[in-house]
Amino acid sequence: MTETHPYIGFEKYSEHVPPSIPLAVQQATSRFVGGRAARVAELPQWGQLRRIGSDIRQHTIENMDVYLTRLEEKVAAAGGHVHWAETAEDARRIVLQIAKENNVKNVVKSKSMATEEIELNHALEAAGIEALETDLGEYIIQLAGTGPSHIIVPAVHLKKEEIAALFSAKLDINAPTDPIELARIAREVLREKFLNAGMGISGGNFLVAETGTLVMVTNEGNGRMCTTMPELHVAVVGIDKVIPDWESLTVFLKLLARSATGQKLSTYTQFITGPRRAEGEFGPKEFHLVLLDNGRSKILKDPIGRDVLKCIRCGACANVCPVYKNVGGFAYGSFISGPIGAILSPQMYGTQAARELPYASTLCGACADVCPVKIPIPTILRHLRRRVAQGDAFALPTIPAPIRETANLASLALAQDWIYRLGARLLPIINPFFRKDNWLSNMPYPLNRWTKVRPLPPFGARFRKWWIVRSVKETESTR
Amino acid sequence: MPKAQLFITCLGDQFYTSTLQNMTHLLERLGVELTFPPEQTCCGQPLFNNGFEDKTRPVAMNFMRAFAKSDSPIIGPSGSCVSMVKHHYPSLFKEGTPEHSLALDIASRTFEFTEYLVNVFKITDVGAVYPHKVTYHASCHYLREMGLKTEAKTLLNQVKGLEFVQLNEEETCCGFGGAFTVTYPEVSRSMMENKVKHIISSGADTVVTCEPGCLMNVAGGLHKAGSSIRAMHIVDLLSSKES
Repeated sequence: MTETHPYIGFEKYSEHVPPSIPLAVQQATSRFVGGRAARVAELPQWGQLRRIGSDIRQHTIENMDVYLTRLEEKVAAAGGHVHWAETAEDARRIVLQIAKENNVKNVVKSKSMATEEIELNHALEAAGIEALETDLGEYIIQLAGTGPSHIIVPAVHLKKEEIAALFSAKLDINAPTDPIELARIAREVLREKFLNAGMGISGGNFLVAETGTLVMVTNEGNGRMCTTMPELHVAVVGIDKVIPDWESLTVFLKLLARSATGQKLSTYTQFITGPRRAEGEFGPKEFHLVLLDNGRSKILKDPIGRDVLKCIRCGACANVCPVYKNVGGFAYGSFISGPIGAILSPQMYGTQAARELPYASTLCGACADVCPVKIPIPTILRHLRRRVAQGDAFALPTIPAPIRETANLASLALAQDWIYRLGARLLPIINPFFRKDNWLSNMPYPLNRWTKVRPLPPFGARFRKWWIVRSVKETESTR
Repeated sequence: MPKAQLFITCLGDQFYTSTLQNMTHLLERLGVELTFPPEQTCCGQPLFNNGFEDKTRPVAMNFMRAFAKSDSPIIGPSGSCVSMVKHHYPSLFKEGTPEHSLALDIASRTFEFTEYLVNVFKITDVGAVYPHKVTYHASCHYLREMGLKTEAKTLLNQVKGLEFVQLNEEETCCGFGGAFTVTYPEVSRSMMENKVKHIISSGADTVVTCEPGCLMNVAGGLHKAGSSIRAMHIVDLLSSKES
């Protein structure tokens, strides 16, 4: 079982979004959206690539047991150790155990969504181990003491002025707002730590079952240092990251960087197959792969919802999502945000904690249009809304009673045209009470939730009557 | 003479009588013989999209019974409502049941207004005159679920006197999203304000859309912003003969 997650109050958060967040997020995401569009336009076979990518991921999640078994064999054959973590707690325990056995005091980490998911840093700290994030964005949010607000740009919600202020406060320096200077400051702090770390912890973008290879797609070079300089390398990776072979990998490498950052290829693409083979070679003495389930095999049992596991974590869905761009990542209340978070969290943490998330979308469909592996996000959102509203084989309904009652009434009224027509004739009666400049304003609950944002046109269903009168006239004139 | 049934949509019915009258006049002027099944209420999309599939079924049945009395095409002035009927009705019923066959039949002959004009009736110039600077908001379901990327612009292109100006972020949701507006009003507000900002900066004096929902949202937003820009349904613009 996955751990119980605190209730995710999307609505409550959305009422008080710090105004700086949407500004920073919109600036960054439009750069990515533009870059992605340009890369896609260069590639006439983009549609075909997406189809193939989607098919491979579909095939893989449907045969995950086969590929994971193969992966385990191959990692072991290359001299690595494979650990299975059913829960986040298991994963943390495994990592701490490896650290303890090797008397590790300092850890350097490269960017990893899986370790954000299991909140590994807290566990390491609690065990007296210093864990330092070495990806610039992750380093920033570690200083800020928050989780990531975007899959690939964890500090996307912060402007450079805010980052400078954070550096000044936390590092006791006078940090300038120039991003290059800020990166230089971070690099200086981090360089020292790389040299002294006893363990490097990474995530992984793909796991190639064919050869037991961990693939890391990065831009800053810190990932390479984390995985080669310390004597120990522990990779924490979700079981959904497995892919069959290198041929499939070529497809995903083409899809991933283009979708994520609008790059043809990321600056660094690393292939790690086990630890170093002989003394004098580069690389760590030991390589540990922690395969994280944390609810994924449960999600696999849902034929509609499981498509979320096709995700390659590019963040393109968030970059185009108008909801995400106006609330930022923290609104989604977990390590993963945006449309993909809205369909993953309710499945991972359940629809008790995350019942608001499937509704955090206008179902505009922009996400599905850009998803490189064609995850039908709006379809899964509707599927999870059904789970929340009426319950299904996986969960009991969690919708608040007043909403359920409203839906019952609406269904009744809309299925019987006489009730509907009676309602339509009565509604204009309320117009005079709220009318101003030919608009209705300041209406009572629940319509106040509309009129607090913009006025409503007056009710005035006159078409039906007009149609009848007109038909009568026509009949008379032809008589 | 081609025949068709009017699908007025519940939002159209409640708020846009003159648009529905214009749609009637326009189609009749083109020679379409129209009928109006009065038993229609709402397509059920608000229930369906909010997870109440069981509660959607009787509403969909009411709709299908209303329109099954004739076998002529069904035309609605909303990509979203039409998409509900066209793409989601069949999913409501078990394959092999009479209800499912009926849903497939109804779905196959339901068309969005501009889709019907351009792709079925094959007309792009309806003789409209509208000497104004016009920008266009592409509604989400119209664009992405119905796949109607060019139809509205093709029709606007033939309107005499019309000067088209491109809307920045034309394809970004305006923040309507049905019940979303009242579920997360503050998010809806931010999205609507972004849309309104782009409409104002486009320099147009009219913004046109093919969706009553977006129209309510955007027109209300423009009014609230104190803007004099007109928000129009494409039916009304295509019915315009002067200024």
